[in-house]
Amino acid sequence: MGPITSRLATMMTPKGWAALAAALLVFAVVLPVLNLAVPPGSPFHLPDFAVSLIGKYLCFAMLALALDLIWGFAGALSLGHGAFFALGGYCMGMYLMRQIGERGVYGHPTLPDFMVFLDWDELPWYWYGFDNFGFAMLMVMLVPGLLALIFGWLAFRSRISGVYFSIITQAMTFALMLAFFRNEMGFGGNNGLTDFKDILGFTIQSQQTRVGLMIASAVALALALLVCLFVVTSKLGRVLVAVRDAENRVRFLGYSVTHAKLLVFVLSAVLAGIAGALYVPQVGIINPGEFSPANSIEVAVWVAVGGRGTLLGPILGAVSVNAAESYFTGFAPDLWLFVLGGLFITVTLFLPQGILGLLRGLRDRLRGTARTPVAETAGHA
Amino acid sequence: MTIFRKPRRLALSAVLAGGTALAGLVSGPVLAQEEDPIRVGVLHSLSGTMAISETTLRDVVLMMVEELNEDGGLLGRPVEAVVVDPASDWPLFAEKARELIEVHDVDVVFGCWTSVSRKSVLPVFEELNGLLFYPVQYEGEESSRNIFYTGAAPNQQAIPAVEYLMNEYGAERWVLLGTDYVYPRTTNRILRSFLNANGVSDDDIMEDYTPFGHSDWQTIVTQVRDFANQGLQTAVVSTINGDANVPFYRELSNQGIDAFDLPVVAFSVGEEELSGIDTDNLVGHLASWNYFMSVDTPENAAFIEQWHDFIGSEERVVNDPMEAHYIGFNMWVQAVRQAGTPDVDAVRQAMYGQTVRSLSGYDVVMNTNHHLSKPVMIGEILEDGQFEIVWQTDGLVVGDAWSDFIPESAELTADWTYPWVCGNCTEPRFEPAQY
Amino acid sequence: MTRKALPGPGSGRAFLALALAGLILLMAGVPGPAAAQDEPVDPAYVQAVQALAEGGFRDKAEAIETLVELGDPRAGRVLAAMFDRRLFVREDAGEDAPALVIGETDAGDQVVIRDAITLEPLGVVHEDTLEAVGINNRLRRTLQEAIGTLQLRDPDPATRIAAAEALAGDRSDENAALLRDVLEAEEDPDVRDAITFALAQIDLGSDDRERRLAAIETLGGSFEPAVRGMLARVVRQNADGSYVEPDEEIRLAAEAALRQTERNLALVEFALNIFQGISLGSVLLLAAMGLAITFGVMGVINMAHGEMLMLGAYTTFVIQEIFRSVAPGLFDAYILVAIPAAFLVAGLVGVALEQGVIRFLYGRPLETLLATWGISLVLQQVVRLIFGAPNREVANPDWMQGGFELLGGAVITYNRLYIIIFALVVLALVALVLRYSRFGLQMRAVTQNRPMAACMGIRSGRVDALTFGLGSGIAGVGGVALSQIGNVSPNLGQSYIVDSFMVVVFGGVGSLWGVLVAAMSLGIINKFLEPYAGAMLGKIIVLVVIILFIQRRPRGLFALKGRAAEA
Repeated sequence: MGPITSRLATMMTPKGWAALAAALLVFAVVLPVLNLAVPPGSPFHLPDFAVSLIGKYLCFAMLALALDLIWGFAGALSLGHGAFFALGGYCMGMYLMRQIGERGVYGHPTLPDFMVFLDWDELPWYWYGFDNFGFAMLMVMLVPGLLALIFGWLAFRSRISGVYFSIITQAMTFALMLAFFRNEMGFGGNNGLTDFKDILGFTIQSQQTRVGLMIASAVALALALLVCLFVVTSKLGRVLVAVRDAENRVRFLGYSVTHAKLLVFVLSAVLAGIAGALYVPQVGIINPGEFSPANSIEVAVWVAVGGRGTLLGPILGAVSVNAAESYFTGFAPDLWLFVLGGLFITVTLFLPQGILGLLRGLRDRLRGTARTPVAETAGHA
Repeated sequence: MTIFRKPRRLALSAVLAGGTALAGLVSGPVLAQEEDPIRVGVLHSLSGTMAISETTLRDVVLMMVEELNEDGGLLGRPVEAVVVDPASDWPLFAEKARELIEVHDVDVVFGCWTSVSRKSVLPVFEELNGLLFYPVQYEGEESSRNIFYTGAAPNQQAIPAVEYLMNEYGAERWVLLGTDYVYPRTTNRILRSFLNANGVSDDDIMEDYTPFGHSDWQTIVTQVRDFANQGLQTAVVSTINGDANVPFYRELSNQGIDAFDLPVVAFSVGEEELSGIDTDNLVGHLASWNYFMSVDTPENAAFIEQWHDFIGSEERVVNDPMEAHYIGFNMWVQAVRQAGTPDVDAVRQAMYGQTVRSLSGYDVVMNTNHHLSKPVMIGEILEDGQFEIVWQTDGLVVGDAWSDFIPESAELTADWTYPWVCGNCTEPRFEPAQY
Repeated sequence: MTRKALPGPGSGRAFLALALAGLILLMAGVPGPAAAQDEPVDPAYVQAVQALAEGGFRDKAEAIETLVELGDPRAGRVLAAMFDRRLFVREDAGEDAPALVIGETDAGDQVVIRDAITLEPLGVVHEDTLEAVGINNRLRRTLQEAIGTLQLRDPDPATRIAAAEALAGDRSDENAALLRDVLEAEEDPDVRDAITFALAQIDLGSDDRERRLAAIETLGGSFEPAVRGMLARVVRQNADGSYVEPDEEIRLAAEAALRQTERNLALVEFALNIFQGISLGSVLLLAAMGLAITFGVMGVINMAHGEMLMLGAYTTFVIQEIFRSVAPGLFDAYILVAIPAAFLVAGLVGVALEQGVIRFLYGRPLETLLATWGISLVLQQVVRLIFGAPNREVANPDWMQGGFELLGGAVITYNRLYIIIFALVVLALVALVLRYSRFGLQMRAVTQNRPMAACMGIRSGRVDALTFGLGSGIAGVGGVALSQIGNVSPNLGQSYIVDSFMVVVFGGVGSLWGVLVAAMSLGIINKFLEPYAGAMLGKIIVLVVIILFIQRRPRGLFALKGRAAEA
């Protein structure tokens, strides 16, 4: 076994690798075929509507995965991950706006419509370069990454942890939300960025593009999962878990807690940004509402529901909670908040390990092997 | 009273188990029904911040659907309302719009309140060729082939109000206050341009924006007082949104600013909003709408009675967006009858020139730019939360999709009939629509 | 007839309204001096009074003018009633009974009425039989001037001052002549000052050079913002740089007077910013105080804190409705009942939450965050289902409406003032409970060292429940105050939750003084930033400042020292 394969083996069991490949096959090949190649009348046809939903869920899953990396493994619950997601989304949105070109209602060659009717004369400097896809994608990662770097450096350096970290990240996303609401900022204010036409030359409203975006989301999620697995199975990952469980002891052992946390925080923010960038073309709008503190809290719930510190759990959690939301808001709108609220309470009270913990418990019981519960300490919160 | 439907064509459930991720799709059997109903989608937020305003609109649509069914339905088929909750979440609006059209197969949708929700669903309606009736006053600068705008455009609300204040109060200085979003920004840009054209210099205009739900108005009201205390008659044009209005009017009144010193004309304060406010502070202030509940017509009296019966409370009020839905719904029903089918393309063609006797007693007309010709009324707020109509237009005002007071849009024309077939044209296109 | 708002004496005109109201109340008890019933009534007067209720607004305006010309002293009273929408047409009036009446006091739906022409009392009728004579804003203005003219010779000095101020609003020569006329006969020094000042405002625009100079002299150093505008117009430059005012002496005098006025006004503005900052601070304090206990003392990240505020506000609404239907006469006192009721409702819900959910989650603060967030969603939806999504109306009691004018148009509003006082009283009570009561002692013992406290025989579980209940109850009381300044809607809590956490964290978790200082300083910083940066940017700056501050002092302004701080 060469060093690379042995490294891969430490990340997941062969069965795990096979499962990942199977999942990727389902989302990147089977579902697209079911949608595009199977005729609409067939019982096996995947409706168009489902494609955009699945694509959206995959983006949310990636966001939940990103949060799990910093919360589940470094013990820092960020209530500002919606901000990184939204910033990535805005970078993508700016690219998409620039692609509209003269097809806007006022036919202005460079200015987006909202700038025209708010009487702007020229494109603000921070919009330059976004007509280039490569540059925009760079920004999708750089902007959230840089914000996380600065914010994390300030926070971790002064040893802000636990609840305090949660609250100031919440303040961060709240401040950003207020800032993006301002029309003077040049990001379209409350309406945000919308009415996109095409991406990389493909019409954004065509079904092929939508399937393509779903495939891209699935692939990105798989890659993100691998990156996260790589990190948590590395030495850094073990330091992180140690930080989560006893920060001061790790510090006294001579590890740089600040750097370790900062690294995963930035990585996590970048992943969230990419998720946001994939989300925007699929839902067709990005606006400051994405920054709202409630959204970020909801992400934490997906993670908790799925099972934090498991990487796979958050993906499960994001998909199942959002699928439930799609169902209830169509079926019994008045009940949705009761269901969501009840879920929060039930999971925290009765399912501290989330769905994944529940499933594992069931599996173990079926096999008759009693597992010792993972010692879950609250850390130094 | 609410008719909820489960998704008929599809039940999607993503089954993911153990360490394996698998997505399985279960397609439900297609149920053949004897008499397929005509489906009406209702896309109003029932939770979240906008539930305050939008819940009522859902109820009014349900009421009209119920009435229509009692009268034997439409084209001999029952009508069914499909209600979904986009939860004041803008991307969710787009998702729910898609669900309504693709999964629930609705023939028309009544929905949206905020501009951003409309902007969010617009591409969906255009892509899937759906039909949306949008009942709220808005900033204009839009004309979509798939949306009928039954609320007021700026020239049907803002400009008449400012003219009224100029003529009746001799207002010479203007305070333009608004919540920082696109409707106030655009409206105020149009108003500033209108005021400048009427000889008001920029020194005599104060413009200020506040966040949503702004609750501490002390500083701004003090600034307004100072601005108004310069000896010239000053008027406030308020595009302050919903929740921020209560503390705003309270602060005005507590700082001793009376309606006759400094009249405030609002475009977002109607009967529904007033029912949540202690109106003592507001008496004498003005609002500009296309309809007031206090209008004295037989149609209005009947509608109010029907509404009270339906909702089970004599206390509930009627407001302008509800009237807009009333007009929109009845126009749609007429158009479906005329076209003989609920098919979107046929109904759209039948909509043009459709006339409905509005609750305000006017025969309002749908124009080919998808905006209505409606009357404009100005009302003074009374103690009981109603309006005394102090002025109204002689006839109908044609809604402008594109304002003449924004240079970029002045040359644009919206006309969805041959030969224009376009929402933002500078010249006729002479081509049929691509759908 | 609904309750009548007493507009605050914020401006000269509002002063007039108050004076009028006072006058009316006075006259309601005592038969007015003018109510000489045996005096023959001028038919022209009768006709003019009756015309007040007939025709359009223009006809009514003419009738008012006629009454002013006739100069009958009783007209002032009729017009004042009309101004307040207390001039009624009796719908049940027979052939002989007077159709036009003045309503005076109301108890519930019963109104004491008086004949509008003879001013004879007519007994009590049901309000449904009366229809108020409609007026609009333009008519209000006409009425106001008419009342001003009629009342410039009123026996009450305060009424005369108000009348003089009202007349200055319309700078006509007739008004100037009228004022000059009364000034000669006036003896009361305060009234003389008011008339002189009113006259100066009119004279500033006259053609007589000497009069203008004298007017500038009088106006200089005034604290009225209106004066600043008047003087500024005198010294204004045209577009080409030349002065609008050709007379240099007048211009220089005006410039000096303007500088003086501006200095005064800057001073006033500074004081007002401080007051408004403290007022905003006290709102933040009320919103955050409950959280300072649930989060600060107990360490529960209570995301449902905002909903406790909301419950308090809805309790206020319910109590108000009860008072409205059961005891409308005591309406103004509803708030005194609402405060303890809100404390109980929110407190009980708090205890239930602690017992049902939170006690299982101690030691897992991040989980409590999620669970309490879930609770907040459920509470919001419950309230939405019970009370409906739209805002509910909560009225200020009369004694909380209006305000008083300090100087220079700076108005101190009563509701803000009471809220400041209320916040400080609540804070003091909480501090006393924590410091001196047995429960407070137990609570502090449990927070500082739970096992040791339990060993000493304190039932720590019970103390936890009560502490959480206390924090929630205080939040409920905060909700009562919030209902007096803003909306009462299911979303009420959401708008305060981030602010509340900021205040508690900024002040230092676990420190009541920290909360006080944090709330006040955030309020004042916000109010000083707002005029320059705007409301939105001001708030953003404050948030950034807090974030940066916490980097410097992670435990807030007043960090607790010792073991407890490391928990």
